[in-house]
Amino acid sequence: MVLELQKPRPIWQIMFSTHHTDVGLLYLITSLAFLFLGGTLALAIRAELFFPNANGGYQIIADSMTFNRMFTVHGTTLIFLFILPFASAVGNYLVPIMVRYKDMAYPKLNAIAFWMIPPAGALIWLGFADFTWYATPPYSIISAPGPAADMWIFGLKILGISSVLGAINFTVTILKCKHPDMSMGQVPLLAWSFLTSSLIVLVAIPTFAAALLMLLTDRLGVSGFFNPAMGGDPIAYAHLFWFTFHPEVYVLVIPAIGMMYEIIPRFSRKPIFSHSSGIFAFVLLSMVSFSSWAHHMYATGMSFTEKTVFMIGTLAAVPASAMHVFNFIATMWNGRIKFATPMMWAVGGIALFFSAGAGGVVNAAMPLDFQTHDSYWVVGHFHLFVMGTIAFGSIGFFYYLFPYVTGRMYNERMGQIHFILSFIGTVLVFFTQHVLGLYGMPRRVYDYPPIPEWITMNQIASVGAMIIGVSMAIFLINMIYSSGKGKLADTDDPFNLGGKYYYPFEAKNPHH
Amino acid sequence: MGHHSNWPEWVYVGVVIALMCWVGAEAWNAERLVEHIPADAEVIKVTGQQWFWSFEHEDGTKEIGELHVKVGKAYKFEIMSKDVNHSFNIHDYVVLLDAIPGRVNTVWFAPMEVGEHDIQCREYCGLIHYNMRGKLIVEEAEPSS
Ligand code: HEM
Ligand SMILES: [Cu+2]
Ligand SMILES: [Cu+2]
Repeated sequence: MVLELQKPRPIWQIMFSTHHTDVGLLYLITSLAFLFLGGTLALAIRAELFFPNANGGYQIIADSMTFNRMFTVHGTTLIFLFILPFASAVGNYLVPIMVRYKDMAYPKLNAIAFWMIPPAGALIWLGFADFTWYATPPYSIISAPGPAADMWIFGLKILGISSVLGAINFTVTILKCKHPDMSMGQVPLLAWSFLTSSLIVLVAIPTFAAALLMLLTDRLGVSGFFNPAMGGDPIAYAHLFWFTFHPEVYVLVIPAIGMMYEIIPRFSRKPIFSHSSGIFAFVLLSMVSFSSWAHHMYATGMSFTEKTVFMIGTLAAVPASAMHVFNFIATMWNGRIKFATPMMWAVGGIALFFSAGAGGVVNAAMPLDFQTHDSYWVVGHFHLFVMGTIAFGSIGFFYYLFPYVTGRMYNERMGQIHFILSFIGTVLVFFTQHVLGLYGMPRRVYDYPPIPEWITMNQIASVGAMIIGVSMAIFLINMIYSSGKGKLADTDDPFNLGGKYYYPFEAKNPHH
Repeated sequence: MGHHSNWPEWVYVGVVIALMCWVGAEAWNAERLVEHIPADAEVIKVTGQQWFWSFEHEDGTKEIGELHVKVGKAYKFEIMSKDVNHSFNIHDYVVLLDAIPGRVNTVWFAPMEVGEHDIQCREYCGLIHYNMRGKLIVEEAEPSS
């Protein structure tokens, strides 16, 4: 593995490099920058909701439109500019090493895929659109003000292309460039996670890519695909959107599960309980992820039969997710577990993954969804995944990679405090939001009536968010300080695990 | 890879599958029952537009922002939108259905007690979405003649 910061190089050498670890580093830094940017918006949103505006409560954010723009850009940023690029960072670093190849299959394409992200991010942030992360027509056609909305559309278009290029690269690297001595069954689960999530991307993304173009021409007034005033159908958009984005949630979560498959066995000092069942569950998930998209649309007026079909499709995905949880627990069972920072994040993430899944089953059960849909429950539900599972897995993995990337150790104490505060904060924010949803609070609201239970729960959630904010400040300080001044890592066994479980990738990269 | 036996995992997967079948069956049955609209339900036309709700009763009476209904009667809402998507919601009665321009969605309910409940919009619809609210007022039924 490379030690990026051990051998300082001029920044342009990294920027114009096509080597997988350099591209990985670029992905890593970009994604973390967007984590902090998007997180700041979340803190502002939670600050605004601390008090209702009635009876002289004050506003943090001056008007509702600004607020609407903030949650739109918050969601877009964290999904597309943090979670996905972070996964690409990890994939870039490790997939070629794991399949024992010198680089990604198409290094130039790899660099191009990365370099599409900063301009897309700029379009999204400079535009600051307000039509939520799913840009539903006809609002997005007739009501969302210009350049912002168009910039968002172009931004997403570019990100979609970047994802597809990345997915092609991972697929080819794993299937075609893998060392001939290695069978597919021996490919590590992290690499399998990239293979399966890439296949989902290739099947899912084109649909939304088409919908985005249709949306754009609808906005220009030259078509009316989704505009009822011109004979179009907004529901068609919803199907196209969710056909892409329900599978996409698995694109987000599968690499995070893959990262946990690296962390859990090493820090349990035991081999994974069942490699083959991990592979099986990944492959199964990638297929059933396509059977459930319209569970987001129960309330659009679908027929009973349609709803039933998508409920069954949704419930069908549960056993595969549950298999991963089993595999993790069975791996830890009787292990000599070392609760260093990466392990804490991974185990915390698994606990939250389980809770999130339980909430998902409630959403899937049609009559219950009419209580939870478009309420704060849904916000709680998917944040237990995106924050509780995916960000937790990713951050844990970041700590795990840190010594290999920088050649130095992070501060263990600070890493653990970061985890404990984030875990408490996550529980406070997102469990509370589930309850708030059951009390009927709609999502995406700038203000709410002063119902006592709503006020209390909003305040608990806002305090939780501030705790996460503090923990992330500690994270930032730890990263900056330790990458320059941390104590030198023993890259053969940075976590003092001893024995044969210490080093992830025996074959060091020949390039460095 | 495991040379150990994997049976605990298969038992566990079996349990999960059984649980999901149970959840699915219960949900299917409950939804089938709640979706059955009584034949005598009175129609109320509900129109969502940025950013208020208006109502039209069967007898032609119109209301804006407030909806008066009688306790113990069944009502069928026919929900429409004039502009963008909204979602008509009386959370206390688990009435929730999108108002989508170009279509009519129907859902029914029968208030059981006299009282007041919040009506709100649960689908993002722009500037005043957060305050697209109304009141449902359930009144004593008139003595039958
Ligand atoms: C695997 C990781 C998962 C992620 C990242 C995830 C993410 C999401 C997101 C982003 C939404 C809300 C989208 C929106 O309205 O803005 C959502 C809603 C939903 N999720 Fe998940 N989800 C995951 C797993 C599950 C599972 C396992 C289930 C069911 C067993 C599930 C069932 C649902 C349902 C039914 C909704 C629709 C709720 C509604 O809008 O009423 N999800 N999820
Ligand atoms: Cu979904
Ligand atoms: Cu609304």
